[in-house]
Amino acid sequence: MRLKAWGRLLGAMLLALAAAGRAHAADDLVTRGEYVAHAADCGACHTRAGGEPFAGGLAFHLPMGTLYAPNITPDTQTGIGRYSEAEFIRALRQGIRRDGATLYPAMPYPSYARMTDDDLHALYAYFMHGVKPVSHPVVQTGLTWPFSMRWPLVLWRRLFAPDPGEVQHQMRERQFPDALVARGSYLVEGPGHCGACHTPRAITMQEKALTALDGTVYLSGGAPVDGWRPVSLRGDNRTGLGRWNEQDIVRFLATGRMPLGAAFGGMTDAIGHGTQHLTPTDQLAIARFLKTLSPQTPAADGWKYDPAATLALRAGDVSARGAALYVDSCAACHRTDGRGYPTTFPPLAGNPVVMDPTPDSLIRIVLAGHVLRATRQTPSAFVMPGFAARMDDAAVADTVTFIRAAWGNNAPAVTAEDVGRIRRTLAAEHPPLSLPLN
Amino acid sequence: MSGDARRLSPVDVVIVGGGWAGSIMAKEMTEAGRSVVMLERGPDRSTAADGAYPASIDELEGNFRYRLFQDLSKNTVTIRNNSQQTALPYRRMAAFLPGEGVGGAGLHWSGVHFRIAPDDLRLRSRVIEKYGRAFIPEGMNLQDYGVTYEELEPFFDKAEKVFGTSGEAYRVNGQVVGRGNVFAPSRSDHFPLPALKDVYTAHIFRKAAEEAGFHPYSLPAANASQQYVNPYGVQMGPCNFCGYCSGYACYMYSKASPNVNILPVLRRHPLFELRSSSHVLKVELDADGRRATGVTYLDADGQECMQPAEIVILAAFQFHNVRLMLLSGIGRPYDPARNEGVVGRNFVYQNVTTSTVWLDRGVETNQFIGAGGGGVAFDDFNSENFDHGPLGFVGGSPVWVNQAGVKPIGAAHVGGPPGTPRWGSAWKAGTIDTYRHSLRIDAHGANMAYRDVYLDLDPTWKDTCGQPLLRMTFDWKDNDIRMNRYVVDRIGDVAKAMDARQVHLVRREFGSPFDTRQYQTTHLGGGAVMGEDPGTSALNRYLQSWDVHNVFVIGANAFPQGTGYNPTGMVAALAYWAAHHIRVTYLAHPGPLAG
Repeated sequence: MRLKAWGRLLGAMLLALAAAGRAHAADDLVTRGEYVAHAADCGACHTRAGGEPFAGGLAFHLPMGTLYAPNITPDTQTGIGRYSEAEFIRALRQGIRRDGATLYPAMPYPSYARMTDDDLHALYAYFMHGVKPVSHPVVQTGLTWPFSMRWPLVLWRRLFAPDPGEVQHQMRERQFPDALVARGSYLVEGPGHCGACHTPRAITMQEKALTALDGTVYLSGGAPVDGWRPVSLRGDNRTGLGRWNEQDIVRFLATGRMPLGAAFGGMTDAIGHGTQHLTPTDQLAIARFLKTLSPQTPAADGWKYDPAATLALRAGDVSARGAALYVDSCAACHRTDGRGYPTTFPPLAGNPVVMDPTPDSLIRIVLAGHVLRATRQTPSAFVMPGFAARMDDAAVADTVTFIRAAWGNNAPAVTAEDVGRIRRTLAAEHPPLSLPLN
Repeated sequence: MSGDARRLSPVDVVIVGGGWAGSIMAKEMTEAGRSVVMLERGPDRSTAADGAYPASIDELEGNFRYRLFQDLSKNTVTIRNNSQQTALPYRRMAAFLPGEGVGGAGLHWSGVHFRIAPDDLRLRSRVIEKYGRAFIPEGMNLQDYGVTYEELEPFFDKAEKVFGTSGEAYRVNGQVVGRGNVFAPSRSDHFPLPALKDVYTAHIFRKAAEEAGFHPYSLPAANASQQYVNPYGVQMGPCNFCGYCSGYACYMYSKASPNVNILPVLRRHPLFELRSSSHVLKVELDADGRRATGVTYLDADGQECMQPAEIVILAAFQFHNVRLMLLSGIGRPYDPARNEGVVGRNFVYQNVTTSTVWLDRGVETNQFIGAGGGGVAFDDFNSENFDHGPLGFVGGSPVWVNQAGVKPIGAAHVGGPPGTPRWGSAWKAGTIDTYRHSLRIDAHGANMAYRDVYLDLDPTWKDTCGQPLLRMTFDWKDNDIRMNRYVVDRIGDVAKAMDARQVHLVRREFGSPFDTRQYQTTHLGGGAVMGEDPGTSALNRYLQSWDVHNVFVIGANAFPQGTGYNPTGMVAALAYWAAHHIRVTYLAHPGPLAG
């Protein structure tokens, strides 16, 4: 009897241990899935500012209308709670919804097609067990005909989305100089879907390149999204990351701020929901991979600081177009020498955003202002005030033209019409900034 | 607590006031793993909203409509010069400017960030040692703090690092290291940032002070001379000398404030909760009055709430702390007739006069430039740095040029040199002359404590909640006037070395009463002072109530007498000092920390 009782006890203990072990493994999987969700930056689109995580509703303002990111919490009615793992993986890699409909390619499934089985398995576990189900219906009503029809999307998918089998094969065959670059390539081209914003799209809206293998158009800068122009991530000296070193990129991904610039626009959410949560090794992998991308246009004239504008301002000469406006409204933080006070106030001299052929970002930030958000490592946020109420289109154009011309930036002038175009989109679409409390 | 107060779920620590003292205590208590609720009477404030450029640099709103200051229509103090008078409410901001809202006075302050002269901490002992007991004038309640500079040094150092203070040290670990204040005690480290550059008037003053034989140094300023990251990881921008410090939220993020330097990390801490627009009515005590059970407050909707807590920290402005103690029955109220009781005792102010020097018309003094904490000072006549024996007064005064940025409305109020008409073209010419060619020198003197200068509850006037207003009984005393006049004469010596065209020395006049209509300083102190004798202090040397051991009262209310320095640095160091002893001793063994 006694032996039997011991046996039962021992059995019960072993069972408990095994269950605990399983629970531990499941927790690990969910935690790993959460990490993959950061790497895939799911929250940037599927979590609204101030909303429940992944409950959807974020608006995409596109030329053909407004799209809303769906609820991807495990809620069975309004979320993805009924997805099997296979259905979940099909949606991510192939853009096919559980009911067979095709997703709008705002969902970067051409990039997610590259995600590994392991990562998708973990991601599924996280969305099913690590995310709180939220009942929040997201209704798509924003697109105008003919873009409101789903069937052309099927055609689009068949024409432009890569075949996941082929992609996975290609990834296995690809050669890299080292494991870190390989990891960086995976993060950037796969879950990170950097190209969704930073690679230009064709007239039919597909990214012109999906990987570094597809030539120098890959990550060479995208069309403006919400009025922000995603810059080139290639090695271009003036308009890309040519003058950023690996550590600069790592700091930028971790904190949104480094000596050569600060994050704004869509990158704010990409850092907030995504890159700041990556391990330093993964951040370094991304940096190293990006540094392998050759310049799209290997220009002879790299940016070089030209002190002429600084010397003129210091001598009290504000005769250059926009110079007086710059001194009055910008120089307190960005200084007359354009070097700013990094990492608090970013430099304008030599800043790729300032020299970009498309001036949209610069105009928008002057009009509407922006917030450099706090991150885990950097608790301070900094606010750039908007000048839309104080400056008319001509004044903004003058100011931006000064910034683009000074300190060796030598970028083309901006017209009042350019400013007017962006001012109108601001008035129509964008809610006021939510302001930080420091 | 009335019957309909809503009882909230208990927390470990409730803090009254969302300024420097409250934020430091909240940070320390959350670091110790305690849950904290911080109650702030005013609205939440931030650089993004209150410091939004360029709307923030509006002198009319900032310095004349007092955007960041206390709403005197709801709650104020009453004031009289002596106990024979009937006190009347302070209805218009003038002599002193208490703040309101998250950040408190720490948001609207200038940024002068001093430590304390070691002799000031034990002034009574020092005066008796040097001059004998009889040297202390009749009616002066001269006292020691009960804490030494050596004990406080690590906490001064910590506060400077949190604030990102700019300055130049004289002595670090006993070694002379720079051109700092030769009278300052040795430091354990340099200032975290180099001193701000001298504006032109400070440069002139530095030179003239040296020529006069004094020892000028850069004012220690919590206006960052460079970008800075403090030990909590928050960032500050560099000061650009725009001059909008006192009365404003700094749009450059370069003036230290609780909002910029501490709250960004506190707000995200899971153990911390800030409730703004929450006006505390009183500290609740248990039946025998020996232990606080929490505080009662009115929330943003006017609902009365009771917040239970294990520890109550009063960290409101100096006189609000004293009033809350009186309203709550913590400590024995002061009785001036018998010089007994402690709450309201040793109410002190600061003894400031400003003299003006007009330079040659070829010299442009560019007074629009400035930083609130910037400038040049000398301490030759501060504290016990000089022999008071033949002079016959107690106390002293630093002297400085602290050009904090003269703004247009303020400049127009100043007008021209003495004798200039107050209107017409002569006034205009005088105003322009003053604005362009003058500089101002302050005697920023200490104010001693006196038996008949005190705080109590007003018998007549009440606030909008029906609670009695605090009553101030205050006037200048001959000792302090003699000190001021002696030091202002030394300003005359410096002015001579400047080749001044005209000098207007402003001295305190004998028999001229305290005038609430003129701005003087917001550096009020005392009323619930620290010390080693429960008979003369409301708080022990750890700023713990002698009577109710789980109540700590942090602020300039703890100063037994005034000092010549601006109080914020001392308040911050006392907060870290008290927090340290709560953390290492009180949390494990709640009870009186001093016996």
